[in-house]
Amino acid sequence: MRNAAQIVLLLVVLSDLAILGTSRLSSCIRGLAAQGFLLGLLPVLIAPHVSVHAASLAVGTVIVKAVALPWFLTWAIREAAVRREIEPIVGFIASQLLGALAVALAFAIASRLPLPGMQQPLLVPVSLATLIIGFVVLTTRRKALVQVVGYLILENGIYLFGLTQTESVPFLIELGVLLDIFVGVFIMGIVVFHINREFDSLDSTRLTELSD
Amino acid sequence: MTPEGLLALVLLGIAAPAVPGIAVKTKSLLTGRRGPPALQLYADLAKLVRKGRVYSRTTTLIFRAGPIVALVSLIVAALFLPLDGREAPARFAGDMVAFAGLLALGRFALVLAAMDTGSSFEGLGASREVTIATFAEPTMFLCFIALVLAAGDLTLSGILGTPLAAAWPHAGASLSLVGVSLFVLLLAENSRVPVDDPATHLELTMIHEVIVLDHSGPDLALILYGSALKLTLFGVLVVSVLVPRAGFSGPAAVALLFAGLGIVAVAVGVVESVMARVRLVRVPQLLVGAAALALVATILQLR
Repeated sequence: MRNAAQIVLLLVVLSDLAILGTSRLSSCIRGLAAQGFLLGLLPVLIAPHVSVHAASLAVGTVIVKAVALPWFLTWAIREAAVRREIEPIVGFIASQLLGALAVALAFAIASRLPLPGMQQPLLVPVSLATLIIGFVVLTTRRKALVQVVGYLILENGIYLFGLTQTESVPFLIELGVLLDIFVGVFIMGIVVFHINREFDSLDSTRLTELSD
Repeated sequence: MTPEGLLALVLLGIAAPAVPGIAVKTKSLLTGRRGPPALQLYADLAKLVRKGRVYSRTTTLIFRAGPIVALVSLIVAALFLPLDGREAPARFAGDMVAFAGLLALGRFALVLAAMDTGSSFEGLGASREVTIATFAEPTMFLCFIALVLAAGDLTLSGILGTPLAAAWPHAGASLSLVGVSLFVLLLAENSRVPVDDPATHLELTMIHEVIVLDHSGPDLALILYGSALKLTLFGVLVVSVLVPRAGFSGPAAVALLFAGLGIVAVAVGVVESVMARVRLVRVPQLLVGAAALALVATILQLR
């Protein structure tokens, strides 16, 4: 189980890097869905024994992160008719290198974080790496939808960090967090839809032209 | 050096032309065509050797030396690989740098020969070939660094042989990343899809094929054989990293190597039939992706 969890965590990092390197919005969303599915597997793989708590958290995560959100984002790009991130502020090669740097930084920080009773040595570095890569996507892309993807990657990083404490966090709070994200992305989707209708584009830099 | 190792080296030299043949056959079968026989390259080589050479008046000695230097450097590079999974015929600390240098020397000879023809097309191809190599080489060294850290040895015999097999149980995840990265490198270094399309014969879209346009007869045979051998050497790297064979007896390890090479060739064919060649400007991105994988593998080792 421990090795399986390690491989899943590595695949999470790879999905981060894949999202950084792609310009097609649909592949971005597919990468996000894959990441959500991997995150859903983790509670079961990490838990010392299979509990109802871990299993229901896994099912909830897969439903929200791997099915509902990607489906909603796919709907949004179809409605807004955008296909690609044309010119990000930081190019795809540079952002992939930034991603690799983020992974290095995350491992360096994690080795200095004293966390008691860690079962999974990879969990903290991977969560930090995912956090930073989420930030990179959020800040370096122009299209509002990719920024939503960046926000979700950021959130996935926080979720991973939360997994270190699964045993002590009540189930209801976790479900609440999942629901919050779902509602948040829903609202973002509607905002994105309105930006698109107002400006005929999803370029969030054009929001500076807003005035009454 | 074991007798199996020597036998494997000779077998590798004999089997090399079959590797691209298997890739082409896989691609043909997957796309619903019959394709040339898997052993077609042997027939081509036999035909080319019996033909005469034609040299342009523009060319000099550099052009004539190119194919020979390219092939010899590859053969010398092959001496550093532990084909029986334990020990290579030649080894010294840091020989992976010599290995990379020999591959670079082979490419340099071909590129110079291409420039020597004075053809603008070949100059174009030479510049592309070198551009791709510039991105491929750091990836290769990152892979080697990860392997050195995993195996704790500074020779290719070590990082692909017994110490690597001992490192697999605790460094499996990192080593599989290195294996994937090396496979992307194999596709790039050997001008396969998605980096270059060996099947095209339009000068503007091809990279490796265009720099050998002016070679003829036995020279072309040397180059074709060299490309096949280079693909095989990279195949050996991938197989050695992914399937450490130190635990097997000599003959079994050699048999396993050739079975692995067959699988790598089929994998290349599968990649070629499911992917299109990417645009030239996207090629560096592919290689940077492979470098990022190798970097993550290295970081995992440093932890």
